[in-house]
Amino acid sequence: MFADYSMPELMSIFAMQGFAGLSLFSIFVLMALGLAIIFGQMGVINMAHGEFMILGAYTTYLTAQVFESVMPGLYGGYFFVAMILAFVVTFALGALVEWLMIRHLYHRPLDTLLATWGLSLILQQTYRSVFGAREVGVSLPDWMMGSIAVTDLVEIPINGLFVMVLSLLIAFAVYLLMFRSGWGRQVRAVVQNRPMAEAVGIDSGRVDRVTFALGCGIAGVAGSAFTMIGSTGPTSGQLYIVDTFLVVVFGGAQSLLGTIASAFTISQAQSTMEFFLSGSMAKVLTLLFVVGILMLRPQGLFALKVRR
Amino acid sequence: MKLSKPQTPPRRSSWTRRHLLGGLMALPALFALSSNALASEVNTTGLAVTDDTVKVGILHSITGTMAISETGSVQAEKLAIEQINASGGVLGRQIEYIQEDGASDWPTFAEKSRKLLVNDKVAAVFGCWTSASRKAVLPVFEQYNGMLYYPTFYEGLEQSPNVIYTGQEATQQILASIDWLAKEKGAKTFYLLGSDYIWPRTSNKIARKHIDKLGLKVVGEEYYPLGHTQFNSVINKIKLKKPDVIFASVVGGSNVAFYKQMKAAGVDLTKEKPLLMTISVTEDEILGIGGENVEGAYASMKYFQSLTNSNNEAFVKAFKERWGDDIVIGDVTQAAYLGPWLWKAAVEKAGSFDIEKVQAASPGIELTTAPEGYVRIHENHHLWSKARIGQAQTDGQYKVIYETEELMEPDPFPEGYQ
Repeated sequence: MFADYSMPELMSIFAMQGFAGLSLFSIFVLMALGLAIIFGQMGVINMAHGEFMILGAYTTYLTAQVFESVMPGLYGGYFFVAMILAFVVTFALGALVEWLMIRHLYHRPLDTLLATWGLSLILQQTYRSVFGAREVGVSLPDWMMGSIAVTDLVEIPINGLFVMVLSLLIAFAVYLLMFRSGWGRQVRAVVQNRPMAEAVGIDSGRVDRVTFALGCGIAGVAGSAFTMIGSTGPTSGQLYIVDTFLVVVFGGAQSLLGTIASAFTISQAQSTMEFFLSGSMAKVLTLLFVVGILMLRPQGLFALKVRR
Repeated sequence: MKLSKPQTPPRRSSWTRRHLLGGLMALPALFALSSNALASEVNTTGLAVTDDTVKVGILHSITGTMAISETGSVQAEKLAIEQINASGGVLGRQIEYIQEDGASDWPTFAEKSRKLLVNDKVAAVFGCWTSASRKAVLPVFEQYNGMLYYPTFYEGLEQSPNVIYTGQEATQQILASIDWLAKEKGAKTFYLLGSDYIWPRTSNKIARKHIDKLGLKVVGEEYYPLGHTQFNSVINKIKLKKPDVIFASVVGGSNVAFYKQMKAAGVDLTKEKPLLMTISVTEDEILGIGGENVEGAYASMKYFQSLTNSNNEAFVKAFKERWGDDIVIGDVTQAAYLGPWLWKAAVEKAGSFDIEKVQAASPGIELTTAPEGYVRIHENHHLWSKARIGQAQTDGQYKVIYETEELMEPDPFPEGYQ
């Protein structure tokens, strides 16, 4: 299939395709981090993860509307405000949901699955009632929609770069929070041995609430960022949920490093195969590949040994 | 959902001579009250038709993933029904609609259509959107002999006496657009891209045959799962193959991802290198995609909101008055609006609500007041209509730049294209 092309053409396409793979990787990381925290650290299967992302997207949409009508001069920078607001809103809703629902269901992972699935349906219908069934168009400042032309053929999308930088920053922040802060130590202590953690004075209820809310908050930021590349509608969250779970489970539920490794593996496999095969076929093969690996290693790529 | 008052069935055991006499004496009074033909004359098969009212069904998804697309159709059908009622109804009867929610779930569509036909005995159903939902309800409509008015442009390869297809079948959308691309734009090479299900695949099959027939070339054909959100790889492939035309039939939320990522990757559609021709993006979809992201793309439809004939101007005005100024009207919404009007015309031509008579009367029914212009029902229950090409503008509207001179004949089983 390459016979018809000149060497520079091929090189530039490989460069672009490499970038496409990396950008898919950063999208996966961004999607999965919030879920990995909730699922990995708390054992809660949050089926409403996609809806939290879309809440972030709707927050971005509303922020854009406000900026457009109240202060059009600052429109170019609204996105940063929107991301912060998205985090705040989804964090708050996450804390509320944990308090109302999740905390009554710890140690019953299958029930959290059902409960959060119900929550996702409720949220979808709420979005539909408030924003209408149609997708809303989130307009972006012009500087975010362009691309940087490196050569004639190689063009780097700015929003791809933006997502990449954002997911690196968030991954780094999560790392600092989980492994280099006092609060992170508390979270890990609760994960490893709840009674002992409580015995040394950790308020495990509060740790749970903040952990869940943090996971939701990260989902909100991800959703806000995805308005650049995807759709915002009541059911758009469903588009992400399968890939998100795939990444988290494949990586090994307890390990953030595993999540990142699995996001890398899946994204590279998928974008390479998409290039040589058709889109649907690439998806099928990716799923088969993941199923195969999980059959050999049910605990995922990376697994921590923890006392239950 | 509108419900009728429960009708008390006649209690046979209580028939007395006095009742009978009283009833007989009341008959002339009844005739005097209603100038309509008696319900028993225009309805011999037990449909929900009284002397003053007739019940119809509206069956679309108002929840679930398809609600995005089907909302416009529901609005159009309700508007048409209200307008028909305001102008005197059908055979002097006001239309009452019973709305059911298909919930984006095909078995639910089948179940609800059975409910509408068997329990509610509706005289016609306006509904369905995806081909999958139509395929799910078809056996129900054929078994219980109902009438379905189906609004969406679709892949063809179907023809049922129980369905009137008010949208285009595939050839009406595709052939004219490819001819136009070849003639006006000098297109030589095509890249076919679609979502992975029956409509894009069948459409592209027809497109490929037609492209071959014209001696032009398909350089790539590709499908992505429904709801796919990552198009960077295919955009790279398109850049590598440098086709003259991207022929796109991506649907739903994927559209937003595709056009945003195209723009971000530096593909400026206004430069027409490559040119993009879509058969799936109407004004409705542009709302979600954003006009600035799809500017310059061409679409092949039979209707655009920007059409300037007087029928359409009145239609757009009425639609906005009813549903709000911000609303946009896409191709399918207009086709859905035709449904109740075509049904009314057929019922009045037949002089009866009976399904068989409406079916027999349908071919040849014309509508001169359609927003898209003149349409006529073909023997095969599809519509004769024009094909048009529009170019997307930043404000989310299409500028109409071409229309076929003649009405295109619907051809659901195109020979040589299968």
